[in-house]
Amino acid sequence: MPALDIDYMLGLVPVILGYVPLTLFMAAVAMVCALVLASLLAVERVIRVPGLDWLVVLFISFFRGTPLLVQLFLFYYGLPQVVSFLTQINGVTAAIMGLTLHFSAYMAEAIRAAITGVDRSQWEAAQSIGMTQAQMMRRIVLPQAGRIAAPTLVNYFIDMIKGTSLAFTLGVTEMMGATQKEASGSFLYFEAFLVVAILYWVIVETLSQGQKRLETHLNKAYAR
Amino acid sequence: MISIRGLTKRFGGTPVLDGIDLDIADGERVVIIGPSGTGKSTLLRCVNFLDRPDAGTIKVGHVSVDAARATKHDILALRRATAFVFQNYALFANKTAKENIMEALVTVQGHPRDEAARRALAVLAETGLAEKADSYPSALSGGQQQRVGIGRAMAIGADLMLFDEPTSALDPEWVGEVLELMRRVAQQRQTMLIVTHEMQFAREIADRVVFMDGGRIVEVGPPDKLLDAPQDERLQRFLRRVG
Repeated sequence: MPALDIDYMLGLVPVILGYVPLTLFMAAVAMVCALVLASLLAVERVIRVPGLDWLVVLFISFFRGTPLLVQLFLFYYGLPQVVSFLTQINGVTAAIMGLTLHFSAYMAEAIRAAITGVDRSQWEAAQSIGMTQAQMMRRIVLPQAGRIAAPTLVNYFIDMIKGTSLAFTLGVTEMMGATQKEASGSFLYFEAFLVVAILYWVIVETLSQGQKRLETHLNKAYAR
Repeated sequence: MISIRGLTKRFGGTPVLDGIDLDIADGERVVIIGPSGTGKSTLLRCVNFLDRPDAGTIKVGHVSVDAARATKHDILALRRATAFVFQNYALFANKTAKENIMEALVTVQGHPRDEAARRALAVLAETGLAEKADSYPSALSGGQQQRVGIGRAMAIGADLMLFDEPTSALDPEWVGEVLELMRRVAQQRQTMLIVTHEMQFAREIADRVVFMDGGRIVEVGPPDKLLDAPQDERLQRFLRRVG
């Protein structure tokens, strides 16, 4: 086995680092959108709005039941053929859309489970002071459910960061796309993909440290 | 003026409340006593629709609700005219003592935050917990949590305050301070409907005592008459048992 070309690898690091902001941007925007959408879906699953429930069940089933890559192709290459205003859609937007819808389905289930884990007395106390259902959810139930669901949601966020690498199949030059281009120029595939793997790893590890701090913060109301 | 007529509630076919009629005058303190499983807590929970009654009417102040036709709007109006103190305190776990009291004022009544915060601090001072304003429920003793729970109910300015066995979940050492706070609430001529097993407290605070058994009101009267000269045989038996 020939030795690794360390100089090449070190030279590649700053090149790929330049695409970290785009990767994080896609993940962050998709995460915020997915959180909002997942919360709405989860609340609907708990209170079961007549006429809407089956649609939500179908949505969650579809986006959990099909591969992310298939969904991305469907949005980027497929939809513009049938929906005319989507012809202008760019790869970054399509990737954010796909990640949002895909992960919101998973996160909705996690949040739904967390909502049902909030003590019944919390709901009753909110009702007893005359809150509407929406106020109760927003002010009392969801914040407490968020704490229960936080570790799971952070895991999905980590998955999402790695999921952004699929955007390169839509022609987006993010971390993975940039590496692919570099590698096909140098033919040093092993070195190039090892570098990008390590960079993803470092990003995820950094976030895991943040996760511990987030959980400490969220638990502060409950610590004795 | 509170007026309850024909209040009925079934759980799976079994009647738990069997046509309750009860009037409570403004500023009156009514204590409900009776054996366990006799519908006392259910009566309280039906008055503000935490449990939905099957039939009957409830009138609290200007709000009048017919259980058979109650809309969401009716139920909200009724809940906003009442305040509830829970056996297990049920403080909002994600909010500090002060925020627990502010919540109804800001979110439900629409008061500005600074005004609500001032009111919450004043109420906390009354409950003797001013220094706990920024503590979360998990950091408070049972007695302190229940005092905040009563404070939350006081701040609302409800026409009727409902107390569902407010001292039953407490360690004995905390019972005294909670009863003391309830006496203070009573002194403010707050209309109160209280379910309790504290007979001495009932005798002391009640204008009238209601004895319930089997989902019905069996006997009603001023405490000295009802507790010292009970007419109904079931009430006599109950009083012998609780000593």
